[in-house]
Amino acid sequence: MSALAKTHLEPALSVSNLTTVFQTAAGAVTAVDSVSFDVMPGQVLGLVGESGSGKSVTLRSLMRLVHAPGKVSGRVLWQGRDLLSLSPGALRKVRGGEIAMIFQEPTTALNPVLPVRIQIEENLRAHTALNGRERRARAIELLELVGIPAAERRLDDYPHQFSGGMKQRVMIAIALASDPKLLLADEPTTALDVTIQDQILKLILDLRDEFAMSVVFVTHDLGVVAGTCDRMAVMYAGRIVETGSVRQVFAEPHHPYTRGLLGSVPRGGAERTMLTSIDGTPPSLSAIPPGCAFNPRCDFATERCRAERPALEPFAAGRTVACFHHARVAATGAPA
Amino acid sequence: MTLALPTVRARKRRRIRRLGRLPLTFLVGGLILAASLVLALVPQLFAPYDPIAMDYNAILSPPSWAHPFGTDSFGRDVLSRVISAYSIDMQIAIFATTGPLIVGTIVGALVGYAGGLTETLFGRIVDAVISFPFLVLVIAIVAVLGPGLGNMYIAVGVIDWVFYGRLVAAEVAVQKRLDYADAGRAMGYTPARIIFRHLLPNAITPAIVYWMTDMALAILLGSSLGYLGLGAQPPAAEWGVQIADGKNFMSTAWWISVFPGIAIVVTGLGFSLFGDGLAELLRTKK
Amino acid sequence: MALLSFITRRLLQLIPTLAFILVVIFLLVHLLPGDPASAILGDRARDADVARINAQLGLDKPLPVQFLIFVKNIAAGDFGDSIHLKVSVASLVADRLPVTLMLTAMAALIALVLAVPLAFVAATHRGRFSDNAIRGSFQVGLSMPVFYVGLILLTVFGAQLRWFPVGGFGDTFGEQLYHLFLPALTLALSLSAILMRNLRAAIIGVVDAEYVDFARAKGLRSRLIMTRHVLRNALISTVNLFGLQVGTLLGGAVITETVFAIPGAGRLMIESIYGRDYPVVQGLTLALAVVVSLTFLLTDIVQAWLDPRVAR
Repeated sequence: MSALAKTHLEPALSVSNLTTVFQTAAGAVTAVDSVSFDVMPGQVLGLVGESGSGKSVTLRSLMRLVHAPGKVSGRVLWQGRDLLSLSPGALRKVRGGEIAMIFQEPTTALNPVLPVRIQIEENLRAHTALNGRERRARAIELLELVGIPAAERRLDDYPHQFSGGMKQRVMIAIALASDPKLLLADEPTTALDVTIQDQILKLILDLRDEFAMSVVFVTHDLGVVAGTCDRMAVMYAGRIVETGSVRQVFAEPHHPYTRGLLGSVPRGGAERTMLTSIDGTPPSLSAIPPGCAFNPRCDFATERCRAERPALEPFAAGRTVACFHHARVAATGAPA
Repeated sequence: MTLALPTVRARKRRRIRRLGRLPLTFLVGGLILAASLVLALVPQLFAPYDPIAMDYNAILSPPSWAHPFGTDSFGRDVLSRVISAYSIDMQIAIFATTGPLIVGTIVGALVGYAGGLTETLFGRIVDAVISFPFLVLVIAIVAVLGPGLGNMYIAVGVIDWVFYGRLVAAEVAVQKRLDYADAGRAMGYTPARIIFRHLLPNAITPAIVYWMTDMALAILLGSSLGYLGLGAQPPAAEWGVQIADGKNFMSTAWWISVFPGIAIVVTGLGFSLFGDGLAELLRTKK
Repeated sequence: MALLSFITRRLLQLIPTLAFILVVIFLLVHLLPGDPASAILGDRARDADVARINAQLGLDKPLPVQFLIFVKNIAAGDFGDSIHLKVSVASLVADRLPVTLMLTAMAALIALVLAVPLAFVAATHRGRFSDNAIRGSFQVGLSMPVFYVGLILLTVFGAQLRWFPVGGFGDTFGEQLYHLFLPALTLALSLSAILMRNLRAAIIGVVDAEYVDFARAKGLRSRLIMTRHVLRNALISTVNLFGLQVGTLLGGAVITETVFAIPGAGRLMIESIYGRDYPVVQGLTLALAVVVSLTFLLTDIVQAWLDPRVAR
């Protein structure tokens, strides 16, 4: 957590009212509901929530990678341009060239039938003017950068010839080939062993410094957030319910859901636990309760919470929350 | 043990609810097959004329009210011949495939359960059999045995069971590794009982679905042999034989060949639609 | 290197298959009921003639001895002589088989040309009109017997419109291509239906794969994504199916050659059956089975080349 949160800068990425709706046979399902957030240059933003909270769809929506029948609306400002209304050609230049994305499962995200050299070089071919020899040299350089031993010899290997952690390194090398300024990481360590998780997280942070990138880090693992992110946004049922710097949110959660999440992390230990200690289960996106979506699971819920949906509003410098009773929640302190 | 069994009424209710959700392909295919079976069983109820009666006053007459599908070069009514051919061609579909289904299923179940060397050996046999062009081998066998439907059934039967055997063996090999098979063994059931009472009902689905495709293929094969003069023998009405009868009149009396061909296509579609629907149904049931 | 050892292993597997093919071909004539000699000569054959034919076919010796002689002869390239045509079966096969191979190769090519783009259109318009129209018409095509399709194409494009010859085989390569176009199209129809169906399903299975999303996230052109990432992966299972269908294709060629009067191995086969020319039937069956086995080998190699995980 370097001193990169220079608030006087313009945000690198500014998302407002991002909404993604899937039109299904059973009716419209809103997976992402009016999500807004900013990412500053060099900043690492953690997007946190349980599975099904819409955090991965949010990430895909930014890059317009949502599969049919998903429809994305809102505004995604990137260096003065709205990615959602960009022409296909201009969008192609942004994808991979300016904004890169890495996925949770390297085994499925790497094309099994192509050697890694081709998968790196096609990125370079799309976004740089390098010739064949230079591309090859750059590919070796990238593999070395992410810590693949004997990079040159492994250039023509296929994904299945790498171990899980090495595969994830290869995917990062491919994604970062063309020097992007923003990295979207969709749970990049979830599929890995704990020891390898730490290596990959450290690698991403190192590369953030190396490339001077911003990072949006989607995860359900608060330990990962604590170790890597500058700011965090907590998602529940497709909406952001709380934002703030990681230090502030961990010290004083204002949303009952955040409070519950933090309660599931053993205090003071580096041990990571899945977010399971809140009573009940998250609602299905096709049956979100009226009012505040969290009300059925909330200890603080009142009549108002069941009737009216709280908006995400600022309550202190750099902090927002969507809860009518956030002051009471904060006053209650950390859960036992 | 009775604890997990749904009540009869609940089961019936579920069955009724499922009927409304049957795949369209299943319904359409089933309808075509049902109609085909009726035509095959009682063609005389529907055929306006005797299918082999020649009428020299009405040779090569085009479709008309008297002869909706026209007449052939012997003055025989094409519609009546197409209808009475259902008997032979549906018979081909069923007779040529049912034996292989039964034999293949039994052998496949035993092979899949035995595994090891037996399975490897069976795999080699399968490899060799699929190396022969199916039709060529059937023709070669019929050539030795002599033309005719009976010999065609033998020729198909000698080869076709291998395909069912392969499907069932693969599925049984999967099923036998599941817990319930171990439970059966632990309870001291004989292998035969485990194979045929427990494993097979769960492993037979692909074979049943393939059976539908196979019946469509059998009609194509039977009519091809009929066309070549190696299957059903004239003057019997069989679609392939009819098409061969009309092949020299295609430019002047197209109806002799065209209508039997349509019957083949419709019946074949019936089998494949029904098969597709059945596959979907069995998949969703799982 | 891995590919090379895979090919070696696959070649070794060919040996038991070929051995089994020989046994089947041998049994075909020697074990099935029916006496070839009297079948050839008819019911009124004199005993002396039956004995002569039996001796000519080597049928007077014990079965295992006959098999050894059979294998020895085949190893020496001797498939016996045609009873009616009075020439060696080997020369007949060498003469006629290339025609059939050319026909099936053309048919395979036409089938691919039809199946690949249409599978793409169908898969990318899943559930819409074009998808249903493509699938529906191929389903009908699949239910049509080869001889029926051939007869209709022959009548419409040959006899009526006179765009194509109504049969036979040309002398120059160009003429031959022209003569074989309609028969090849006939043969291609059901194969293309099978390939289209499989490839459509494979493409649908692949377009939603995460590596395709990753390729998009890299900012690649959609054409590159479709060919390099989608098609290449989707083709793996289709190549396998294609290999399995070659037998059906050769069977279809027997009928097509008969319908279009093409002097290939298939037509020879039917003529030999009518004439009860068993050595020719035997030789042709063997030749066609060997062709199929070699195609299996070839498609396995292509598959291993497409999918590096196969040749481990």
